[in-house]
Amino acid sequence: MTYVIAAPCVADYSCLEICPVNCISPSPDERGFDDAEQLYINPAVCIDCGACVKVCPVLAIYEAGSLPDKWKHYAEINRDYFLEAVHE
Amino acid sequence: MNRAGRPYRIAIVGAGPAAIYAAGHLLEQREFDIQIDMFERLPTPWGLVRAGVAPDHPEKKLVVDRQFAFILNRPEIRFFGNVEIGNHIRHSELADWYDGLFYATGADSDTRLGIPGEDELQGCWAAREFVAWYNGHPGYSHLDFDLSGKRAVIVGNGNVALDVARILTLPIEMLEKTDIADHALEALRSSNIEEVVLLGRRGHLQGAFNNPELEELEHIPGVDIVVDTDDLSVANEVVMDGADWATRRKAKTLFRFARKPLTPGNKRIRFRFLSSPVELLGDGRVSQVLVVSNHLVHDENGRLQARATEEEYLLDTGLVFRAIGYRGTPFPGLPFDDRQGVIDNDKGRVIEHGKPAAGVYVTGWIKRGAKGVIGTNKKCAMETVRCFFEDIRENRITKSHFSGEDIAALLLDRQPNLVDKSAWKKIDHHERVAGRLQRRPRVKLTNFDDMLAVVNTL
Repeated sequence: MTYVIAAPCVADYSCLEICPVNCISPSPDERGFDDAEQLYINPAVCIDCGACVKVCPVLAIYEAGSLPDKWKHYAEINRDYFLEAVHE
Repeated sequence: MNRAGRPYRIAIVGAGPAAIYAAGHLLEQREFDIQIDMFERLPTPWGLVRAGVAPDHPEKKLVVDRQFAFILNRPEIRFFGNVEIGNHIRHSELADWYDGLFYATGADSDTRLGIPGEDELQGCWAAREFVAWYNGHPGYSHLDFDLSGKRAVIVGNGNVALDVARILTLPIEMLEKTDIADHALEALRSSNIEEVVLLGRRGHLQGAFNNPELEELEHIPGVDIVVDTDDLSVANEVVMDGADWATRRKAKTLFRFARKPLTPGNKRIRFRFLSSPVELLGDGRVSQVLVVSNHLVHDENGRLQARATEEEYLLDTGLVFRAIGYRGTPFPGLPFDDRQGVIDNDKGRVIEHGKPAAGVYVTGWIKRGAKGVIGTNKKCAMETVRCFFEDIRENRITKSHFSGEDIAALLLDRQPNLVDKSAWKKIDHHERVAGRLQRRPRVKLTNFDDMLAVVNTL
C-alpha cells in the first residue's frame, strides 16, 4: 500500500522536503514545477512511512486504500504521472 | 547577532501566501537575525486564502491553521493590519524605516474584455469582484449581483471561472455549511440561475482549468455538466497524440461529461469552447451576449491561437463575468511593467532605471504574474529571500536608523485603528465562535466597522 496525493494539494512541497526516499515530484528545481497542478507520489518508490501525511498543510495525502470515494482515481493519477508525464 | 549589532528589520507589504512564505523563509535560517513587520490593508491576514479560495474548498484553507498561523505567530513578526501603504504610509517612508522591503501585494485588478457594451452596461462584472463578494472581502461586501435571470455567462474557463460556476450552482444546503459570506448566502438562496455558460476562446485541449477543479464538477449534486460534442469534434486522435499527460486527462474528463445523459430539472454548467464574446447588448443593463465561434490556427511561434469565424450566435443573459486573468496594479513610487501587470524585477529584486533598487523586493503574483497555486509562492518567496541575503553579504543593504518602537509610534499616529496580532485574534475568535453555533468553519465579518467593533470589545 502506497500513499497518494489527492485533489486538495497546493504544491507546497513540505512533503517532498521530508520524504526520506525522494519519491515525490515535481520538485521546485524541476522544469515542470511552476505549472504543476499538484505533486505526485511514485508508488514504486514510496516506502509507506507516512512522514508526508503529517507535514502536508492541507491534509491532501491518503493511504491508497483510504482515499475518499471522489478521489479514488488519484491512486492511478499518481502512478500514471511517473509512467507517462515525467517522460514527456 | 549580526555584524551591525542589531537585527535586520524587514517590512513585508501584504499578508497572503506570498508574504507568509517570505516571512517563513526569512526566519528559517540562522545566519542573520531578522525582525519582520507585516503590513496589511485589511484587518485580516491570509490574502486570497481568505478572500479567494472558494468556500466549498475548506481543505485548501487548512493551510492557515496547519502552517500560516505558526509563521505569523512567531515572536519576530509584528502584524500591522488595517494599514494601507500608499495611503497611511508612503513607499519612500517604508524604505527609510526598514533595512529590507518586500512587496507581496498580489494582483488586485484583472484583464478586461475590451468589447462594446462592457463599460456602459450594468450586469457585467469581473469574476474577481464576485469572488471577493462571496468571500466577504470588506471592499466588496456592498456589491449587488442580479441573480434573478436564468443564465449567467462567464468569459474564461480557468479555475476562477470554475469557482464562480460552482458557487452559482451548488445546492444552498452545501453552501450553508461553508464560511461563505452571509450576504452572499442570502442572495444565492433566492437565485434563479439555472445555467452557467463558460466561454473558452480556444478548444477543449487548451482549457485553462486544472484537472482537479474540472473533475470535481462531476460531484455537484443536482448539476449536469454539459459539453457540446460538436466542440470536441476537433479532438481526433492526431490532435490527442501531441497533447501532454495533463491535457489528455482533461480531454478524457470532458468526453465523459459529453457522454453523460442529462437529468431534467437539474442545473447546468455548460462549456462552450472556441467561443469569444464580441459585444454585450442591452438597454442600460446587459440582456444578451453576441458570441463568435472561433477556429484554431498556429501562430508564428507554433502556438495555437483562436481566430474568429463568420459564425455568430446570441446568448440571453443578464449577468456576465469576465474571468480571463488577474493583473497587478501599479504601486506609487515603484516601477511597473504594464504588459505583464507586475512590478519590474529580476528574480525578486525590484529593477529601477535598469538596475536593482537596493533593499526593495517583490514576491508572489506582483513579481511573476497571476499564475500558479498556493505552493508556487513558496518557491517564488525562497528565490526573493535568497536575493536579499545575498545583498546583505555583498554589503548592498544600508541599515535604517529607525527603531521598532519609533515605527510603532509613528504608525499609531497615522492609523489609530491599527489591527495588531492580538486584535486580529479577537476577530478570528469571534468568527469561529459564531461559526461553531451554526456548524460552519466560521461566520465572517464582512466590513471594517464590524471588525473594529469586535477588536474594541474587552
